[in-house]
Amino acid sequence: MQYTFVTLVENKPGVLNRVASLFRRRNFNIESLAVGRTERPDISRMTIVMECEDETVAHKIEANLYKLVNVIDVQDVTHQPAVTRDLALIKVKAGPEQRAQVNNLAQIFRARIVDVAADSVIVEATGTEEKIEGMIELLRPMGILEMVRTGQIAMTRGAYEGTRRAPGANGNGWHGDEDENALAEY
Amino acid sequence: MKKTGAEILWECLMREGVEVVFGYPGGANMPIYDAMLNYPVHHVLVRHEQGAAHMADGYARASGKVGVAMATSGPGATNLVTGIATAMMDSSPVVFITGQVAAHLIGGDAFQETDVTGITLPITKHNYLVTRADEIAEVVREAFYIARSGRPGPVLIDICKNAQIEKTEFVYPEEVRLPGYKPPLRAPKADLEKAVHLIERAKRPVILLGHGAIISGAEEVIQHFAVKTQTPVAMTLLGLGAFPASHPLSLGMMGMHGEAHCNLAIQNADLLLAFGMRFDDRVTGTLKTYAPNARKIHVEIDPSEVHKNVRVDVPLVGDLKTIVSDLIPMVDEYEHEEWLQQIAEWKSDGDARSIMTWSHDGKLYVAHLIHDLWEATAGGAIVTTDVGQHQMWAAQYYFMDKPKRWITSGGSGTMGFGLPSAIGAWFARKDEEIWAVVGDGGFQMTAAELTTAVQEGANVKVAVMNNNFLGMVRQWQEFFFEKRYSAVNMLTPDFVKLAEAHGVPARRVTKPEEVKEAIAWARQIQGPALLEFMVEREDAVYPMVPAGASLHEMLRRPVKEAR
Repeated sequence: MQYTFVTLVENKPGVLNRVASLFRRRNFNIESLAVGRTERPDISRMTIVMECEDETVAHKIEANLYKLVNVIDVQDVTHQPAVTRDLALIKVKAGPEQRAQVNNLAQIFRARIVDVAADSVIVEATGTEEKIEGMIELLRPMGILEMVRTGQIAMTRGAYEGTRRAPGANGNGWHGDEDENALAEY
Repeated sequence: MKKTGAEILWECLMREGVEVVFGYPGGANMPIYDAMLNYPVHHVLVRHEQGAAHMADGYARASGKVGVAMATSGPGATNLVTGIATAMMDSSPVVFITGQVAAHLIGGDAFQETDVTGITLPITKHNYLVTRADEIAEVVREAFYIARSGRPGPVLIDICKNAQIEKTEFVYPEEVRLPGYKPPLRAPKADLEKAVHLIERAKRPVILLGHGAIISGAEEVIQHFAVKTQTPVAMTLLGLGAFPASHPLSLGMMGMHGEAHCNLAIQNADLLLAFGMRFDDRVTGTLKTYAPNARKIHVEIDPSEVHKNVRVDVPLVGDLKTIVSDLIPMVDEYEHEEWLQQIAEWKSDGDARSIMTWSHDGKLYVAHLIHDLWEATAGGAIVTTDVGQHQMWAAQYYFMDKPKRWITSGGSGTMGFGLPSAIGAWFARKDEEIWAVVGDGGFQMTAAELTTAVQEGANVKVAVMNNNFLGMVRQWQEFFFEKRYSAVNMLTPDFVKLAEAHGVPARRVTKPEEVKEAIAWARQIQGPALLEFMVEREDAVYPMVPAGASLHEMLRRPVKEAR
């Protein structure tokens, strides 16, 4: 099944390459990967969607991501209440007669037409992956000329947090010096 | 006061306590080599950068400190690659410093430009491309911290030539700021209790001891734990020395060429305590039938090793010494008499097959040679090896009682490791006796470093096991390819003359009765010496677990061969 990981990384050159290289090296298959800035200038956020056979593979992905020095946090939000969004731009073949039809369809999916040319329009759609897939299926018979998708981004709702599987990794368990006081109870 | 980037590099290396670096100068690191002259550091000029990498690795493993190797850009850096991968696979703390073309030339295919950080990304714990002088101090500080902490490993710093030349204010960073890097130390108490629960109920426990025991300095607490719980101790190839071979609870080496009684103990165990090891395929055999009745406790500092190869019942992620120390007061004293008795019976069967019981037939056998070397050195030498048959025999017959004396390329299996790592080890521990036990194949890969040993006066002895074969490949071809020998028959130079041409005293040994005298001769020489042993050509390493077989399905040395 598909797993969605939210990963915080240091905003430094080459970090995306490190993550991509890790997935290639460990033979993990990426479905989609979206990177962008966060509320903090020194931290970037990646939403990674992966096909995992089971929990063991999900654990492996998390634990290996932590091996990268620039990775700060990894959460699996697959099973958490979360908002997930994908943005798609779809250029559909549509002359003056078909425009209304495309427009109707777009409205049903709460998508927008953002460009109109003589024989095509661009539809901008935002939503869950299923919603966008559904719209694409309906647009396909009209003739999709070009399509681009950002890949999924995700955010847990309210105070929910994703699961962190790798024991001992950053943010899990005990880390040494700065936790000296916390260790006293042992 | 302003300093050049190259000066800042050396200032930082001095603060890390670096006394010796192994390297090779070239166009892109000349400012570093120029600045070096003003600092109290000893530079070892190698004959090939691979040698520098292995020397720094050998230095690191023998000293427990961070080794440093340097090379120039392009081919200088790519020649390091085998050594970097070797250090990575064996968790050896080495900082590699390479020169790079000037920042404005990067990406333009300049002379001797190679994407070194790209090439080394998967074989380093971390790496850096430094384009400005003001980055150097922080990067070097981080690199040493990352290399030696947590699960140690190689870190590479690629420094552009302009960054070496530019002047900037030198500020040594007070602390390392790495928000994404916090090696775990302790396991939560609840998890320790789960482990204790399993330990209390175990009837047939075995400790699997790996390299992590030595890296963590956990030897004493593990001995304490093993004795208190009466748990026998099996060791991985790199774990040898972490528990005394002469201890009654020692099972010796596990795995593909491990002791038969050791592998049988693992297969029949009801509890495995994996301490600082990673269930490599060479120690498990096929995972389908691995220790089928055993619960598993895995104490490991690298979270990604947990459940990687073997699903475990209780992972304890953190520092081995700390965690075992935490466990000791939580466990009672146990007896496992029946279990130890069973293991002793398996062992007596192995003893009957041991090559050590053979009477001499006039031929030289590596196992006998290693035994003679062990006796002559009272088991106290530092032994480095290449990879192959001689490595396995050395592991089996040079019984290590102490840690950090057994230096071998385990995970990576790098031929040519023996001689340079011995030279590196000598710089760490000049008062110790050091033997590089090598095969004729591997030795020829880095034999040029003999001159380095002479130039440095390195007191290392080289024992070449010459069977004019790539012995381990030949053995596989014998066992698994119907003895169709393909590209294993190897002509060797006259190693005695070769050594003498380098200025190294050398002798050839062809008869068993010459062995002890030759070893004694080599030992009294100050500086490097070489012994070439013309050994039995088609001997095989036993026991052997064929690749993909179960750990208990060993090919054993036939009893009838024993005379």
